[in-house]
Amino acid sequence: MNRLTSTHIVYLVALLTVVAGTVLVGSTGRNFFSAGNISDILTGTSILGFIAIGQTLVILVGSLDLSVPYVISLSSLIGAGIMADQAGNILPAVLAALLVSALIGLANGAVVAGLKVHGFIATLGMGLIVSGYLGSTYQGSSGQAPLAFRLIGATGLGPVPVSTLIMLACAAVVLVMLNTTRLGHAMYAVGGDASVARMSGIRTTTPVIAAHVLCSVLAGLAGLLLAARLGVGSPTIGSQGGYALLSIAAVVLGGTLLAGGKGSLVGTLGGVLIFAMLDNIMSVLQINPFLKDVVRGIVIVVAVAVYARRRTVHRQARFGRTSTPPPGPGDARSGDDDGRSGRDAGTRDGVTA
Amino acid sequence: MSVATGRSAVLEQNRSPRGERVLRALRTPSGAIFVLVAVLFVAVLAANPSFGEPGSLIRFIGRTAPIAIAAIGQYFVIVSGEFDLSMGSVVTAQVIIAGNLIGQDEARALPVLALMLVFGAFVGLVNGLVTTLLRVPSFIVTLGTMLALLGLVLYWTGGAATGNPADSFRQIGRGGIRDVPVLEIIPYPVLILAAVAAGAFWLMRRPYGRTLVAVGDNAQAAALTGAPVWWIRTRAFMLSSLAATVAGIILVGYAGVHPSVGRGYEFTAITAVVLGGVVLGGGRGWVLSAAAGAFALELLFTLLNFVGVQSTWRDSVQGAIIILAVGAAAQNWQRRRRTAASPTHDPNRPIEAPRPTPGTTEGGT
Repeated sequence: MNRLTSTHIVYLVALLTVVAGTVLVGSTGRNFFSAGNISDILTGTSILGFIAIGQTLVILVGSLDLSVPYVISLSSLIGAGIMADQAGNILPAVLAALLVSALIGLANGAVVAGLKVHGFIATLGMGLIVSGYLGSTYQGSSGQAPLAFRLIGATGLGPVPVSTLIMLACAAVVLVMLNTTRLGHAMYAVGGDASVARMSGIRTTTPVIAAHVLCSVLAGLAGLLLAARLGVGSPTIGSQGGYALLSIAAVVLGGTLLAGGKGSLVGTLGGVLIFAMLDNIMSVLQINPFLKDVVRGIVIVVAVAVYARRRTVHRQARFGRTSTPPPGPGDARSGDDDGRSGRDAGTRDGVTA
Repeated sequence: MSVATGRSAVLEQNRSPRGERVLRALRTPSGAIFVLVAVLFVAVLAANPSFGEPGSLIRFIGRTAPIAIAAIGQYFVIVSGEFDLSMGSVVTAQVIIAGNLIGQDEARALPVLALMLVFGAFVGLVNGLVTTLLRVPSFIVTLGTMLALLGLVLYWTGGAATGNPADSFRQIGRGGIRDVPVLEIIPYPVLILAAVAAGAFWLMRRPYGRTLVAVGDNAQAAALTGAPVWWIRTRAFMLSSLAATVAGIILVGYAGVHPSVGRGYEFTAITAVVLGGVVLGGGRGWVLSAAAGAFALELLFTLLNFVGVQSTWRDSVQGAIIILAVGAAAQNWQRRRRTAASPTHDPNRPIEAPRPTPGTTEGGT
């Protein structure tokens, strides 16, 4: 392990944030590592964490998901609406909310993989469709989460909130899926180069659809968690948080290539942690909320810039200066022109290489 | 032999009568948007015949001008293979700058106008340089600019933008040339839009425009031909921010000064560009189709309005239409590729890849 991968750099940046946080929070006479503060930071990671895990999968397969804010709102409304303050309704409510989320994800995946619409447009359109439904059906917050469900958002094991534990459990499951199962490897392959994956015998539609379904289900979980915290469902809770763009930023901050095919879930969690710590430090320092956005924007760009240049150094040169025989005619490159996304990923890599 | 016939087939296609060429162009996604605009226009006319009167038509074009100008600006960035998400924040920032710096002082209008243009170009320059030289994905760069710029502007104004720029400045957006025979009035936004569209059309036929499309199609190949890819892309970002500035100047006129002016403009502009058949990822599409995409969106809203669709459902209809239109366009590109419609390519005669000779891979230093 003599080379720094982007994941290492993410955690170095996170460490740097911890040091800066200790100094800055210490200068106001408070302790960055107090149980209350740590619990505050971890609570901050949970919602964005769920969404960023899903977003990592979607970005890995070379797509994007901009519909998450609306899925979050819809899931919180369905969850809180079915529960209607009855503890017995929790299970059907959770199942219904997740099922609807999964269906939205399925529709996203079908449009992206089946109609070959760019993920940006497909999920932007799907988000608009759901947003229209939310706007016409719900006038304001509605439903009521029972006490037993609200406890999920309020309790914790020591300083670690239950919501963060659920998020980490989801992350562990997705991590195992990505690293050990056929589906996980297929996701990397399809994101790297769809046409090469297809010629290697991988069904290219399945990983894309699966990634979108998982992303929407995780967004649905985030919505239920927000319903647990607020006690009600709200049609604007998702879009208020700006979760779609922030989660994409967290994923890219975590070292995942926006073009797909390369990245790690562990890095994403590091990116989420950096965001949560930044928010916490700025809240403790009582920075003007508008300036928070300025800091956030600058940190996103600077942090990605730190390793955007060097990440490409680790790519092996494909041609020249090698002792391997030169590739013959009719090599893998000739398949390029039948898959737009494949060609695209190729040039992206080429540009940065 | 087949290469020769392929070439002559292309020549024949290019020399075919103008009508035939137009018909062929209409079958591409970039041409189909004009059919969509025509269909939507007829539908709006059917719903409300008075929409076709010259006076109300020219006002409609004036209303659409800012979003069409933004779409033209976004086109430059998208066709070069990048994204510009900072557009909405630039519009908001410019609107608030105009509101706060001009005030009721007419004499300040021109200097502040110049300042706004310089500021717009500067934002584009930063976006472009960070994207190209620091190699941060443009999605992230412009997302950062979007957050930082909006935050700065709101911090400056304390969150509640105030200020009412001098009336002469607002005339750019709401005024027009009066007493025109048929049209009654030609709003200034229409003239600005015409100038911007003509300029963009001209620019895309210049070497810069050709290189821009080449960079979007394959940046590596463009770099190998000697194109300064970083500077070409950076200029595209500057054009995009300048277009957002112009849209902001017009919006000050009829929307006034408010921090919500320009919110979501980046997504509307990208939607318009993609509706216009421009491919995300770069290298394909026509600049005037992007402007037509903006008109299609605006006509769609007008139609939904006249038909009496509940305003809350408009988002849903818009989303569904975007997905359907882009899906249809994607199918079209796919089919053309699969059937190898291009007469230069004969599937029975694969083009042989050049074999590297030992000297080129081992000898060169």
